[in-house]
Amino acid sequence: MSTAAHADSHDDHDHKPHGWRRWVYATNHKDIGTMYLVFSGCMFFVGGMFAEGIRAELFKPGMQLFDPQFFNSLTTMHGLVMIFGVIMPSFVGLANWMIPMQVGAPDMALPRLNNFSFWILPFAFTLLLSSFFVPGGAPAGGWTMYPPLTLQTGASFPMLIFSIHLMGASSILGAINVIVTIMNMRAPGMTLLKMPMFVWSWLITAYLLIAVMPVLAGAVTMQLTDHYFGTTFFTAAGGGDPVMFQHIFWFFGHPEVYIMILPAFGIVSEIIPTFSRKPLFGYEAMVYAIASIAFLSFIVWAHHMFTVGMPLAAQLFFMLSTMLIAVPTGVKIFNWAATMWHGSLSFEPPMLFALAFVFLFSIGGFSGLMLAMVPADYQYQDTYFVVAHFHYVLVTGALFGIMAAIYYWLPKWTGHMYDLKLGTWHFWLSTIFVNVLFFPQHFLGLAGMPRRIPDYAVQFTDWNMVSSIGAFGFGLSQFLFLYLIIKCVRGGVRADSRVWEGAHGLEWELTSPPPFHSWSTPPSAAVIAHGAEH
Amino acid sequence: MTNLRRANISMTWKLLGVAAGAFGFGFALVPLYNVLCSVTGYGDQAKLLQRAAAVTAHPDLTRTVTVEFLADVASAGSWDFRPVKRRVQVHPGELFTAEFYAHNLTGRDTLAQAVPNISPSEVAGYFHKTECFCFTPQHFRVNEGREMPVRFFIDPALPRHIELVTLAYTFYDQSTRVTRR
Repeated sequence: MSTAAHADSHDDHDHKPHGWRRWVYATNHKDIGTMYLVFSGCMFFVGGMFAEGIRAELFKPGMQLFDPQFFNSLTTMHGLVMIFGVIMPSFVGLANWMIPMQVGAPDMALPRLNNFSFWILPFAFTLLLSSFFVPGGAPAGGWTMYPPLTLQTGASFPMLIFSIHLMGASSILGAINVIVTIMNMRAPGMTLLKMPMFVWSWLITAYLLIAVMPVLAGAVTMQLTDHYFGTTFFTAAGGGDPVMFQHIFWFFGHPEVYIMILPAFGIVSEIIPTFSRKPLFGYEAMVYAIASIAFLSFIVWAHHMFTVGMPLAAQLFFMLSTMLIAVPTGVKIFNWAATMWHGSLSFEPPMLFALAFVFLFSIGGFSGLMLAMVPADYQYQDTYFVVAHFHYVLVTGALFGIMAAIYYWLPKWTGHMYDLKLGTWHFWLSTIFVNVLFFPQHFLGLAGMPRRIPDYAVQFTDWNMVSSIGAFGFGLSQFLFLYLIIKCVRGGVRADSRVWEGAHGLEWELTSPPPFHSWSTPPSAAVIAHGAEH
Repeated sequence: MTNLRRANISMTWKLLGVAAGAFGFGFALVPLYNVLCSVTGYGDQAKLLQRAAAVTAHPDLTRTVTVEFLADVASAGSWDFRPVKRRVQVHPGELFTAEFYAHNLTGRDTLAQAVPNISPSEVAGYFHKTECFCFTPQHFRVNEGREMPVRFFIDPALPRHIELVTLAYTFYDQSTRVTRR
């Protein structure tokens, strides 16, 4: 260790490697965070392109652009890319950037592991995306990979499985790094219940990740051996059961949806107090609410599969435990509202996105409650109502949380204030178009339009057109976001260290942009007290 | 610093252990679900077979139900299709085998399938076929005739007022569908 410590101290005065070595050999948490964010930004446009393809095909009934197999590949790959390539890596990127700065640590605990977990990802997605060019085309059996359909995938089947393995390894290693950093690297005096909410939400998310990502790896490994080595985990002919896959998959899958939302809860819990100029209402209740949501996420998985045939007692159990999640989620929503109550609010882009998050995520939560009811779910199962539901929680939930975080911390990262007017334009365009895009899908689903179909009955035409127009508008608005970020990175008005008048937290005690190596000496108790008042 | 590094490494290994355990747990879910099913009896085939055996082991000898057999063909003249016995008396819970005779008069090799119908319809839930020639398409050579079995029992829970059950089969020639495929 002494040699490593020596090497570290060499790097102190903003001395950093230049050129490609800086990125390929990166061990600095800020550089790795940037790479994660840039990578997920690229994947966002790739996955978005797939989505625009889907919406273009669905603009009017009949077959327009693609054959059905390719359409199914688009829906499958859109799901995989957006989940594993956009939402999860961008949260890891935010964790890399912010957690060491927020807990007063010089870097992540395991910098080389950190480098490894990032550099797995480009290979995983090269493998996955190149499956479009092999015989049989890209995987088309849905991102949930249910057998027996997915076992019939062509040459891309092993590419799908191995890329899932790689993504899983990447996020498990990233999660381990986060936990070790938070548990071991906090500055003296930064006790657990003084940590910022973003750190808390990531600590719990990281535990969820190491508990369930390996289960997904196991499930896809079973598919692999079913396909190539004659095992029959999910093959009925050999005594297996395809429904078993759904149980194992959703045992991963439900905690996974909270993995994709809890960090956004943390982000919003940072932003709303800042722009309300009030401390967060009920900090401890917020921590316990996140912890109980995480616990409940392990016992509700079968609500994704009410229609596979299960005893009434099991349906009741999963229905009621699912509805129970509304209680801690309600605690969070009301605490955010209470934080704003009598606050001195201002509406800069991060606050706008955080407010839209609270409002629109709640809509997704309510449609989730509707889907939790067994008798209603028999009607809604596999319709566009489900599509509308999970896009409200994932786009206006998780993605809006990420955008809020970028608008909140971008001046800190770059040292430049971005164009607030352009950010506000981006917000309104995104928010209006995302509702034009997804709200009509509720109507389509209730009217009976199934998901994952390239063609539909003519009575669904009008709302599909509206939805597609929303999709094109939402997609184009994101180029504004891209332009704003590039412009801000290249220059602009200098941001001071606090950036936002009401901001509290250790990251704001550093200059903007922060030095390459921050908190090489831990912050003093006085600095923590000054920064970390909730 | 050395202590911190040691603490970091030991925690990393512990967390990797948790991840490895979770990977194993994914596989353990397969037998665990089977254990759950056999403990609770949900969807467990062995339990279902046991229940069927328990029903047939104790026929209700105090009751007699008449079962009538009807046979019909979809296109007249191409098949000779009839029950071997037109009516039988059975006790609920008793396993019984009835034979149907079919003779291929179509003048070619062919496939045919029987579609069952039971009346009164409220009996359907109590009439259990354990084996039936109607489950699969039957292959007949030119001018072949043979007897085919149906094994059934009537659930002892059959409502008291029912004394007559009619089991009717219609025989459909499937060869046209086969050749089209």
